Amino acid sequence: MRWRRLKAIAVKEVLQIWRDPRSLMIALLLPFTQMFLLGYGVNLDLKHLPVCTFDREGSQLSQALFKHFQASQYFTIARNVTSYAELTAAIDDATCGFAIVVPPDFSERLNDTGSAPVQAILDASDDNTANLALGYATAVVAGYSADVQLHWFDRQGRPLQQIEPMTVQSRVWFNEDLESRNFIIPGLVAVIMALVGAQLTSLTISRERERGTMELLVSTPVKPVELMFGKLAPYLVLGWLDAAFCLVIAALWFAVPFRGTLVALFLTTTLFLVAVLSIGYLLSVLIRSQVGASQIALVVTMLPTVLLSGYVFPIDQMPTVVQDITYLLYSRYYVTILKAVFLKGSGILELMTPILFLAVYASAVMILAARSFRKRLD
Amino acid sequence: MNAGTPIVAAEALTKRFAESVAVDGLTFSVDRGEIFGLVGPDGAGKTTTMRMLAGVLPPDAGSIVVDSVDVVADPEGAKQHISYMPQRFGLYEDLTVDENIRFYADLFEVPSALREERATRLLAASGMSQFRARLAGQLSGGMKQKLGLTCALVHTPQVLLLDEPTTGVDPVSRRDFWRILYGLREEGVTILISTAYLDEAERCNRLALLYGGRVLYCDTPVALKRHMPGALIVITSSAGRDARAAIARLAGVSNVVLVGDGVHAVVDDSRLRIPELRQALEGVNVPFANIAVGEPSIEDVFMALLDDPEAPR
Ligand SMILES: Nc1ncnc2c1ncn2[C@@H]1O[C@H](COP(=O)(O)OP(=O)(O)O)[C@@H](O)[C@H]1O
Ligand SMILES: [Mg+2]
Repeated sequence: MRWRRLKAIAVKEVLQIWRDPRSLMIALLLPFTQMFLLGYGVNLDLKHLPVCTFDREGSQLSQALFKHFQASQYFTIARNVTSYAELTAAIDDATCGFAIVVPPDFSERLNDTGSAPVQAILDASDDNTANLALGYATAVVAGYSADVQLHWFDRQGRPLQQIEPMTVQSRVWFNEDLESRNFIIPGLVAVIMALVGAQLTSLTISRERERGTMELLVSTPVKPVELMFGKLAPYLVLGWLDAAFCLVIAALWFAVPFRGTLVALFLTTTLFLVAVLSIGYLLSVLIRSQVGASQIALVVTMLPTVLLSGYVFPIDQMPTVVQDITYLLYSRYYVTILKAVFLKGSGILELMTPILFLAVYASAVMILAARSFRKRLD
Repeated sequence: MNAGTPIVAAEALTKRFAESVAVDGLTFSVDRGEIFGLVGPDGAGKTTTMRMLAGVLPPDAGSIVVDSVDVVADPEGAKQHISYMPQRFGLYEDLTVDENIRFYADLFEVPSALREERATRLLAASGMSQFRARLAGQLSGGMKQKLGLTCALVHTPQVLLLDEPTTGVDPVSRRDFWRILYGLREEGVTILISTAYLDEAERCNRLALLYGGRVLYCDTPVALKRHMPGALIVITSSAGRDARAAIARLAGVSNVVLVGDGVHAVVDDSRLRIPELRQALEGVNVPFANIAVGEPSIEDVFMALLDDPEAPR
């Protein structure tokens, strides 16, 4: 491998990128717009879910419970019904996603034992929302029961000062505010970088073929590795810029807490970029037309990353076979890394396993790409 | 290196494509320091042959040796000695003249001082010195070809392969181009040039007439003309069309073609046929100024060979 030839390819590529301002703009703006579009688009947080109440008792205590729901930002009481039939209808026509039923003996049981069951009915057609709603409802009820229990102790004649005020607080690790955005945004950076990175390089070789410059290029002594590194280098710089945009937007605009180190972020991001850029390059080598290469790059990077990287859909909830498949996906490791670096503040040592996987992945794709490139016309 | 050894030797070179045989058992050799022409009409197999010589297209059969390197076995080794200029403009249109030159000089690892010196000289020779900062895409067809040649020459190749470099190029640029080639020959560079223009063939030291992927004849232009079966008859006439009509079907006459000031025809025996031609023209009252044996051009030879059933195919 000769440095001079590699540099010649890189300089040529930079000049071509620079003289094509439209593509350059797209390369720089795409991650920007995608971050905002998708960052707001996939917000899984629950806010003001319409709730249907069925108060079979009609007591002060039951009304107090409903007040707790109304007061929480997660729920809004949309309807009060008086029969199960009405309740079913409200859920069916989707005016309410959630219903609470207070049993007729609610106050009685609370007064006697200090606890009473409340029935929750959910529209589970949207699995995610249902799970979230149940979680939040539990939290609301827990808050309410703390209140009730305080009163109960009070009425038992125990001095209030003597009891620990019970607060049931569901503590969610690493994402205290239960902001799903904090989980999603770091993964989103991976999705966007996978998309943009592979797009950038998916055109490089097919463009030489389509413009007729390949024939002369392959008649020179340039080596496939020189060509590959020379072509990847400028796009790595562009990829760094794009990644920096995305990460800064994630940390500053979406206020995802960043607890890790910049060194870990830089190293892992570079590895990931090299992997996706190489994938784009490999496709460009294998597929003759520019359009074909860029579309296949879109399909092989975007789809698996969205579905299988654990970016929104948790990997541990996938079927075992699918879970095994995700190990083959480079973006899975970067999503893991980004979440860990952002939310847990993990350093390079703790992330050694995904880093190694990424490194192996990137090397394998590069070796494959360099070997697939034939310095021939057919 | 032994002066007697050809610098380029192709033997039984064959290339098939799905529907056709593009190059069919081609054998020829080129001596050091000569301009060798691969001459033939479109589809004759010139480009396919050039690509195989340049090591960018593997042949189905046959062997190629360039400067003692086996191109089929070691194309990368051969590329150090060869400069190839494809038929289709292969430079980067979004790079300037200088940037293109620099790129190819770097790929061939030419020291930068040497590159400057050569680029300056070559660009001056082709009248392009003032266009060094212009994008290659904004050059005229002729200038693009001269830039292609400059890039091909910036690393001092032993062998220069030029695939139809003058196709679609204006006459002035074409003349410049050939002047540069003659200069290169003086420097000892071996040049293989393909062309469909038969008038250019006369400028080569030797040439191979190519047709249907085969060599019809391979010799010097002068010797080739001696291979002409029969003789070329030049009829000067102001009524070329009528003259052609009058003689086209006569026995022993073939390849009657209209030229600027009359008609050319090939006859099997000039002594016997000239009086017959004269008679035929007078018989239908076609005016003509002169009728005589002429010096055939390569084009005439080529046409006659195509029609000659005894010519090797
Ligand atoms: N890549 C190819 N695929 C299929 N056929 C080809 C290809 N290249 C050339 N041919 C065919 O081979 C023959 C010779 O073509 P070519 O070498 O380009 O001739 P020339 O350069 O003399 O015009 C033609 O019939 C052409 O159609
Ligand atoms: Mg051709």
